[in-house]
Amino acid sequence: MISSAGAASGAVRMSADHLVCVRGGRCVFSDLSFTVERDSLLAVRGPNGAGKSSLLRVIAGLLDLDAGAVRIEGLGDRPQATAIHFIAHQDGLKPQLSAGEALAFSQRLLGGDGPLAPILAEMGLVRQADLPVQFLSAGQRRRLALARLLASPRPIWLLDEPMSALDAAGRDLLRQILERHLAGGGLAIAATHDTLPVAGETLVLRAAEAGAAA
Amino acid sequence: MTPILALFRRDLTLAFRVGGGPWLALAFFAGVILLVPLGLGAAPGQLAAVGPGLLWIAAVLAVLLSLDRLFQADYEDGSLEQLLLADAPLSLLVLAKCAAIWVTTGLPLAAASPFFAIQLQVDEEIIPVVALSLLIGTPALTLIGAVTAALTVSVRRGGLLLSLLALPLFVPVVIFGAGAGAAAASGLPYGGALMLLGGLSLFFLVIGPIAAAAALRLHLS
Repeated sequence: MISSAGAASGAVRMSADHLVCVRGGRCVFSDLSFTVERDSLLAVRGPNGAGKSSLLRVIAGLLDLDAGAVRIEGLGDRPQATAIHFIAHQDGLKPQLSAGEALAFSQRLLGGDGPLAPILAEMGLVRQADLPVQFLSAGQRRRLALARLLASPRPIWLLDEPMSALDAAGRDLLRQILERHLAGGGLAIAATHDTLPVAGETLVLRAAEAGAAA
Repeated sequence: MTPILALFRRDLTLAFRVGGGPWLALAFFAGVILLVPLGLGAAPGQLAAVGPGLLWIAAVLAVLLSLDRLFQADYEDGSLEQLLLADAPLSLLVLAKCAAIWVTTGLPLAAASPFFAIQLQVDEEIIPVVALSLLIGTPALTLIGAVTAALTVSVRRGGLLLSLLALPLFVPVVIFGAGAGAAAASGLPYGGALMLLGGLSLFFLVIGPIAAAAALRLHLS
């Protein structure tokens, strides 16, 4: 069902065409166009309320567009939602499940069949594997959320503030997994206020106004 | 199929870890039933007449209380967004959640209802009818409740609002559910009521998950 990350994302390319998003009667962004080529990262920047999270939610299909379209090429007959990873503000983890259980559930939900122990080891969560998520620190939870990206290979990563709560080692881990993902032909879009550890294009959103690609 | 079964198992695990699984609903059910003789008096024959109806009302209350957090916990911790990106339709994932919550509320209530029926001095011949009506009818309660739980998912402390929306929709289920027991008690045929009850459950089995999924999408956007 799910092929390896490289094959699944052979030639994935995303283009957004004149996107308009209105929420609560307020125009979040309008006439927003950009393209993201395979193996590249797009950093979305802008002040609070500029619509960075809304843009990611639009691409993930969680939020409806008022005009425009997001096109993803190279998915074949795979449904768009199953090609996308979305790491949101909230980590999407159940406090009562252990870290290992949470990751195993996520893999069964989102697809993928690789072993999980190496992923937990890579994210530095071996000792926390049997610990309920409610006892993990914010940074450890973030690492566990990022571990989902590795457990279920999907060509498109949408990351909302991926570096929040991560320590220096965690940021380095994020750099490593991002570089590997991009080298495998995937693409990533990250909304952030920080400097991303991997070089890429930048899209600047202005508050309540049209954005412009830089 | 994998995502749906995984969600069913996860919700069962969570139900056992957080709420003691079926015991919470059963303890609540017992509490309500044990209050009845204190409120109505335990004169011979008095409880038997209202027993089937009381069991149904206690079941409705237990199901209502279980629904409050059905989607709200997932909505608050971001799990709901992950469900939308799963390799399965949201309506079937909703169905998996409903199945898990029914297994820990409706099913144990129906299974334990003969015991509580004895406490209410319900006639022996009627007890199987009451238990069967609860077994057939509680899925409809859970599925209707899932729609209202989805509609109120973003309302903080929305339990009261949820109940206000769900109670009128429970009316036909309670009419036929308690009606089956009442008909059996009067020696009338009760098969028709049970079949209508089954029809309601099947109807909401189809409509409920689709409507709840639509309501959840609305709240996320």
